[in-house]
Amino acid sequence: MGSFRREKDEEEDGPTNAYQNLEKTSVLQETRTFNETPVNARKCIHILTKILYLINQGEQLVAREATDCFFAMTKLFQSKDVVLRRMVYLGIKELSSIAEDVIIVTSSLTKDMTGKEDLYRAAAIRALCSITDHTMLQAVERYMKQCIVDKNAAVSCAALVSSLRLANTAGDVVKRWANEAQEALNSDNIMVQYHALGLLYHIRKSDRLAVSKLVNKLTRGSLKSPYAVCMLIRIACKLIEEEDIPAEELADSPLYTFIESCLRHKSEMVIYEAAHAIVNMKNTNPRMLSPAFSILQLFCSSVKATLRFAAVRTLNKVAMTHPAAVTTCNLDLEGLITDTNRSVATLAITTLLKTGAESSVERLMKQISTFVAEISDEFKVVVVHAICALCAKYPRKHTVLMNFLSGMLREEGGLEYKTSIVDTIITIIEENVDAKESGLSHLCEFIEDCEHVSLAVRILHLLGKEGPFAATPSKYIRFIYNRVILESPIVRAAAVTALAQFGASCPALLANILVLLGRCQMDLDDEVRDRATYYLTILNSAKPELYKNYIIERENCSLALLEKALADHLNGDLQNHFDISIVPKAAIVKPEITNDVMMVTSAPRAPKITREEESAARLAQLPGIQVLGPIHRSTAPIQLTESETEYTVQCIKHIFAEFVVLQFDCLNTLAEQFLENVRVELTVPEGFIIRKIVPCPKLAYNELQTTFVIVEFPRDVSSSIATFGATLRFVVKDCDPVTGEPDSDEGYDDEYMLEDLDITVADQIQKTKKNNFQVAWDAADSEEWLQAEDTFVLSAVNNLQDAVNTIIKLLGLGPANLSEKVQEGTHLHTVLCSGTFRGGIEVLVRAKLALSEGVTLNLTVRSTDQDVAELITAAIG
Amino acid sequence: MGGVLSYFRGLLGSREMRILILGLDGAGKTTILYRLQVGEVVTTIPTIGFNVEQVTYKNLKFQVWDLGGQTSIRPYWRCYYSNTDAIIYVVDSADRDRIGISKDELLYMLREEELAGAILVVLANKQDMEGCMTVAEVHHALGLENLKNRTFQIFKTSATKGEGLDQAMDWLSNTLQARK
Repeated sequence: MGSFRREKDEEEDGPTNAYQNLEKTSVLQETRTFNETPVNARKCIHILTKILYLINQGEQLVAREATDCFFAMTKLFQSKDVVLRRMVYLGIKELSSIAEDVIIVTSSLTKDMTGKEDLYRAAAIRALCSITDHTMLQAVERYMKQCIVDKNAAVSCAALVSSLRLANTAGDVVKRWANEAQEALNSDNIMVQYHALGLLYHIRKSDRLAVSKLVNKLTRGSLKSPYAVCMLIRIACKLIEEEDIPAEELADSPLYTFIESCLRHKSEMVIYEAAHAIVNMKNTNPRMLSPAFSILQLFCSSVKATLRFAAVRTLNKVAMTHPAAVTTCNLDLEGLITDTNRSVATLAITTLLKTGAESSVERLMKQISTFVAEISDEFKVVVVHAICALCAKYPRKHTVLMNFLSGMLREEGGLEYKTSIVDTIITIIEENVDAKESGLSHLCEFIEDCEHVSLAVRILHLLGKEGPFAATPSKYIRFIYNRVILESPIVRAAAVTALAQFGASCPALLANILVLLGRCQMDLDDEVRDRATYYLTILNSAKPELYKNYIIERENCSLALLEKALADHLNGDLQNHFDISIVPKAAIVKPEITNDVMMVTSAPRAPKITREEESAARLAQLPGIQVLGPIHRSTAPIQLTESETEYTVQCIKHIFAEFVVLQFDCLNTLAEQFLENVRVELTVPEGFIIRKIVPCPKLAYNELQTTFVIVEFPRDVSSSIATFGATLRFVVKDCDPVTGEPDSDEGYDDEYMLEDLDITVADQIQKTKKNNFQVAWDAADSEEWLQAEDTFVLSAVNNLQDAVNTIIKLLGLGPANLSEKVQEGTHLHTVLCSGTFRGGIEVLVRAKLALSEGVTLNLTVRSTDQDVAELITAAIG
Repeated sequence: MGGVLSYFRGLLGSREMRILILGLDGAGKTTILYRLQVGEVVTTIPTIGFNVEQVTYKNLKFQVWDLGGQTSIRPYWRCYYSNTDAIIYVVDSADRDRIGISKDELLYMLREEELAGAILVVLANKQDMEGCMTVAEVHHALGLENLKNRTFQIFKTSATKGEGLDQAMDWLSNTLQARK
C-alpha cells in the first residue's frame, strides 16, 4: 500500500528527467573518465548517454570539442562490455559529422563487423559507414561485399541499408556491389529481401531499361517479402507514370496486371499498397478503380485501427480526384465518424465533408464538435482546411461554419492552428459579403484574448480595412481601442493605424477618433506615439485627398526592392534625396490555387516573392539598366518554341515606363553543339526602336543562359500593341558530347525561327486593388481625369462569368469589391477593376454586362491619359 | 600487517599493463599483436586507426594497443600515449630505405613527456627475410647507443615464424614486474 502511494505521488509531480539540467561543458569534462584503466563500463555508459542526450536536444558541439570527445571515446574499445561497445557505436555515428579525423576507428570497426560477436556486427557496419568517405570506402569494400551476403539477417540488412546511404556520396563504388545485392535479393529473410531490392533499384535507378528488366523479372517470380512487394509496386507505379500509358492500354500492361494481382495478395500490407497505388494513378477508368475502392471500403470496417486509418486517409486524399468512387464508401465512412481512434474519425468526417451534400454539413459539424477538443493540432488543421473548402462550395452555410470556427478559435491551440482558422475566416469574409459582419465580430472577440502578436496585428489591419464600411462601424472602435490600452507596442501601433482608418473613412466618427488618437500620443512607445501624431496631423488637416493618399490607400512598396534601393542610396551620393518613387510598387501576390487544396499536406509553402522582385535582381546585372527607371511589371514566361526541340527559348517581358526589356532564356538540348554569341533578332513594327541587344557569349549543352533585347515603346500609346517576329541567331561549334569542349575554333552561323511575340495591353498594366472602388471612381470624375466609353457585343462567350474572366484577363486589371464573381442566375452584372498603366497612369474601369443573346458590354474607362483610355477600350473590340 | 599489505599489493599488481605497439607501416605490428594474442599468424590489412586486444602472457595481463603506422595515422599516436607502461617499437629490418624515418619517428615519440616512464622494447622484425639488417645494424641505425634515461632492450624477431617474441615478452614482463 505504502509503495503504491509513493508511486502515485511521483506521478503527480510528473515524470522527472534525470538528464534535464545537463550542462555541455561539465559533461565534456566527464569524458576524461574514458581514459581511465580499467574502464568502468557502467559509468562510461552513463556519460555516453548524457552526450547523446545533449546532441539530440540540439546542443551544438564545435569541431574541437567533438574531436576531443571522439578520441576519448575511442579508448573505450579496450572494454569488452557489450552494452558499452554498442553505446560507442552510437556515439561514433552522432559525432562522425562534427569531429575530425574520425577514420581513426576504421580498423576497430572493421574488426567488429567481421568478428564473431553477432551483437557487434550490424551496429559496427552502420557506424563504419558513417565515418567512411569515398576514398576509405575502397579499403573496406571487400568486407562490405561479404556482409551484404552474410547469412546473419541483421548483418546483411545493416550492410544493405548502409550501402544505400553511401550510394549518395560514393555511387560508383556502391555500383560494384550489385551482384551481392542481387544475391541478397534471393534471401529467405523478408527484411533482407526488401533492403536488397531497395539497393538494387537505387543502383539501377538512372537506367530505365535496367529498371524495367528488374521489375519484369521480379513481377513474374514470387518475392517472399511483403515489404519487397510493396516496394516493387511503387517502382512499377513510377514506371507507369514515366511511360504515361493511356488508360485503355494500361489495363493490358504487364505492370498494371501485376499491381492488380497484388490486390489478391495474402498480406494486407501489399493489398493496401496496391489499392493505394491504383487509386492514385493518373490514367485510370472506373472499371480499373472499382476493385481498388472495394478493398479500401473493406479496410474501413477492419478491426485493425491501422488498416482503418490507412484506408480512410487514402480515401480522404483522393476525395477530390475521384469523388464518385469515394461516395460509394460513404456508408462505411459514416460508420467511422464515431470511431474510437480520433485520427480515423477526423479523416472520415473531413472526407465526408468533401464529398457530401449540403444537407449533411450541419450534422457532420455537430458530430465533429463533440471531439474536436481531443484531437491533435495537426488534425484540427485538417478540419479547418476542410471547412475552408466547404465555405467556398456552399456559401450559404457560412453561419454554421463560422460559428464552428469561432468555437475552435476559443479552444487552446498552437499558432499554426490559430493562424489557419484566422486565414479561413478572412478568406470567408473576402469571398462572401454576407459573412463579413459576423466574421469581423468573431475576430474582434478573438483579439480580446489573443496571445499571438502576428495574428492580432493582422486582424487589426483587417478591421481597419473592412470595419469602416460595415453597417455600424462604431462598434469596432471599442475592440480596437482596448488593444491600445492592454497590449504590447507592436499591437498598439497596429491598433492606432486601424483607428486612423476609421477616422478617415467615417466622418461621423472623426471627432471621437481624434480624441482617442490624442490619448495615444501619451503612449510609452515611440512608434505608437509617432503613428498617433502622424495620423492626428493628417486628420486635423480636414483634406480628404490627404486622407486618401496617406491613410486609406497607402501605396505598398515592395519591401525587398525598397531595402535594395536604400542600400544603393547609402552607398551612393548622399547629397541627393532618396526618391521613393523609383521603388516599384508591390503587386498583389495571390497564391496559386491548386486543385489539391483539400489534401493533407505538410510541405512548407514557398515564400511569396513577386516576379518583379525576382527580375529586378536579374536585370540589375545588365549594364545601363538604371536609365530605364524603375521596373513596372514583369510578365509570366511564355514559350517561343515547342518543348522538345533542339533549342528551347522562353521569353519574359519586363515593362518599363518607356521601354520593354525582353529576356530570352535559352536552353541548348544538343550535346554535340556548343553555341556562341547567341542573340534574338526581332522584326519590330514602325514606331518601336531596338535600343540594345545583349547577346549571350556562350551556351553549352543543357545550360540555361539568357540574352536580352531592349526595345523602346513608340511615343504614341495607341500603337504600343504589336507583334514582333523573332529569330534566334548564333554561331555553332561542333563539340565532343562527353567533354563539351568544342572540336575546333571554326564555327558557322546558324539561325532558328521562333514563334512571334505579342505585346498586349495587359502586359503594360500592373494590377492594383482598390479597397473602396466607389470612392476612387467618384474622385476620378474631375477635370484631370478623362473618360472613354463604348458598347460592344461579345459573341464568343455565352455566360457572364466567362465574359468577366475574359475582360479581366484581356486588360490585366485587378478587380475590386468582389465584382469578379457573378451571382448565379442573374442577367446583369457590373465589374469594377483598376490598374496602373506603364508610366504610372492610373486606370479605372467599369464594365456593365447584360446577358441576352450573347453578352452586351458597356465599358467605361477613366484614366489620367486620354490615349490610354482609348487604348483600353480599343483592346476589347 | 605487512603481510596483509603485500597481499593487497599482489591483488593490485594484477592490474592490466598498458602497452603500445608502434612503428612504420608494414613493419608487422598487427601480425605481432595477434601472434601474441591467439598464437598464430592472421592475414592483416593496413591498419587504419588502431587495434586493441587483451593479451595474457605467463599470467600477466596486458592491454595492447596496435596503432596504425601509415604517415596519415602517425599524428594520432600521441592521443594514446597517456598511462602507457611500455612501448614495443617494431622495425622492418629489411627496409633499409626507411630506417631513417623510423629512427626519426622513434626519437620524436620518446621526447613526449607522457612516455617518460615507459619501458622500450625494440623489435628488429622480419629477420627471416634475405638480406635484412642484423640486430646490431638496426641498433646502430636507430641510434640507440645515444639513448639515455630509458630502460630498453632490442630483440631480433620474425613474427611470421614466431621467433624471438617469447624472449622479448619474457624480458618485458620481468622488467615491468621488477619496477613495482
